[in-house]
Amino acid sequence: MNHEIWDVHTHLAGVPGKTPEEKLGRLLEYADRVGIARLCVMMGMTWNYDPTPEFMRKSNDEVLQAIRKFPDRAFGFVYLNPKQTQASLDELNRCVRDGPMVGVKLWCALHCNDPLLDQIIARAAELKAPVTQHCWIKITGNLPGESTPMDMAELAARHPKATLICAHTGGDWERGIRAIRPHANIYADINGGDPTAGFTEMAVRELGAERVLYGSDAGGRSFASQLAKVHGAELPDAAKRLIFAGNLKRLLRPILSAKGIKI
Amino acid sequence: MRNAPAATLPAEAGTPNHGSPARSAAGFGVPALAGSACALDRRVFLRIAVATAGVASLDSVAVAAETAPAVLIDTNVYLSRWPLRRLPCDETAALAAKLRANGVTQAWASSFDGLLHRDIGTVNMRLADECRRHGDGLLIPFGSVNPKLPDWEDDLRRCAEEHRMPGIRLHPNYHGYKLDAPDFSKLLRLATERGLVVQLAAIMEDRRMMHPHLQVEPTDLKPLADVVKKTPGLRLELLNLKGHLSPDLLKAGDVRMEIAMIEGVGGVSTLLSQVPADRVLFGSHAPLFYFESALLKLKESPLTEDQLRAIRCDNARRLLAKKS
Repeated sequence: MNHEIWDVHTHLAGVPGKTPEEKLGRLLEYADRVGIARLCVMMGMTWNYDPTPEFMRKSNDEVLQAIRKFPDRAFGFVYLNPKQTQASLDELNRCVRDGPMVGVKLWCALHCNDPLLDQIIARAAELKAPVTQHCWIKITGNLPGESTPMDMAELAARHPKATLICAHTGGDWERGIRAIRPHANIYADINGGDPTAGFTEMAVRELGAERVLYGSDAGGRSFASQLAKVHGAELPDAAKRLIFAGNLKRLLRPILSAKGIKI
Repeated sequence: MRNAPAATLPAEAGTPNHGSPARSAAGFGVPALAGSACALDRRVFLRIAVATAGVASLDSVAVAAETAPAVLIDTNVYLSRWPLRRLPCDETAALAAKLRANGVTQAWASSFDGLLHRDIGTVNMRLADECRRHGDGLLIPFGSVNPKLPDWEDDLRRCAEEHRMPGIRLHPNYHGYKLDAPDFSKLLRLATERGLVVQLAAIMEDRRMMHPHLQVEPTDLKPLADVVKKTPGLRLELLNLKGHLSPDLLKAGDVRMEIAMIEGVGGVSTLLSQVPADRVLFGSHAPLFYFESALLKLKESPLTEDQLRAIRCDNARRLLAKKS
């Protein structure tokens, strides 16, 4: 069965190419080989856990530069640092309200249950932009500002109208799924970890297929290993259709409509 | 002959060709592949398919034969139970069906039980039995040997002599030894003398998400090149490598790897830019991993026909055929 596939989580880093456009072009060549129609792209060619306002702007400029060359294939998510609150709000307005980006990416600067996130999440909700938050539960120890799905559950409780995407579902997905389960506005993005069998089946069983999103974390990950989490899962075809593209379309439709983009 | 218990297993009634010479050319029921090409002869494919699928599906078999997939040898699968969760294909019949549905024609199987069980003798006995009962020639058993157990040499002997396995699979990190340990060198030497392929799993899962009470360090591969150099004739395949084979290992001897844990966009292409194609085999790490991951990696990377054939089957076939 051929499914339409939208990837909610890709990067320029780790992809061959000297410019953002070259990198996205190469990423799309690989995406074409495995049948992926659209990519959400976040963060620039180099990364920083705790970016300064200048670094954030540079990073987002690179993503803007890349997606402008492929407007029918790629969406941008603006990279923000809640510790730089005002700069982040400014960047959110520049890239999403006034620019073509459609979502927010938060990484490892600060645990996402910190009150410093509140203004950013509220503003993103006003703009109808989904917020992707990196989350991991590492038995080897998280980075100092690295969020867990449990942190995200606290954030979701404070912002029930925001659309929150739990990137990697916490890595340790058996705990991650449980942590986000009570909060209907958190979506499980299954990208980034090894293609461990049973992950997607548990996510659908516990959250419902409507709350599960396919993402890859390419170029650090292969598209292949992450696609396998859906292609290889013992799930009805209708559930796979939702995970591969249906859910993301539904989440992005309000902001895309506001921007006059038809899907 | 040691005084070990006889491990001869009762033939399963109705199991076709069990133990027949035609299917045992390379030890445990390893079907000989026709000719040098990987593509199945259409008549052979039809015969096998009809025998296993039954008359009711003759039409679909005929259609499938027109587009018969090339031979695909998966060198990295496991039977039995992963210790920490049930997996969708952890019943042998389900795994065999999954592999077949994806075009796998031969799968080198070890047992998850070999990671933690101390009664390795019965682990290997069950493995051989499961492969015979469910695989119909698909599953080729690779026994577990733990050189930290007393009298492990007899486990090795049983794998070779009693179960007629073509190889063994090692898990040094779960069994608690380093690769510069004398017993490890001895194990490689004895396995080589018996003509066994040796597989060594570098890891089983991402260490960041291990169970808090079952944290296992990745195997340190640094001493391996020296040991390989000192074991002429060794045929070694590394499983679950996150990175590439180092230049030292490539030079040290007949060392190969498979692709189950190769990552990054276009990961297999990138791998082949650093490792010769004749050193890379297909491996899925199923059922712990979704089988489709490895298969899709071959699709994601732009590979030549020669590279594809080498990875899908030729390299595995040569590795198994080559006796020291």
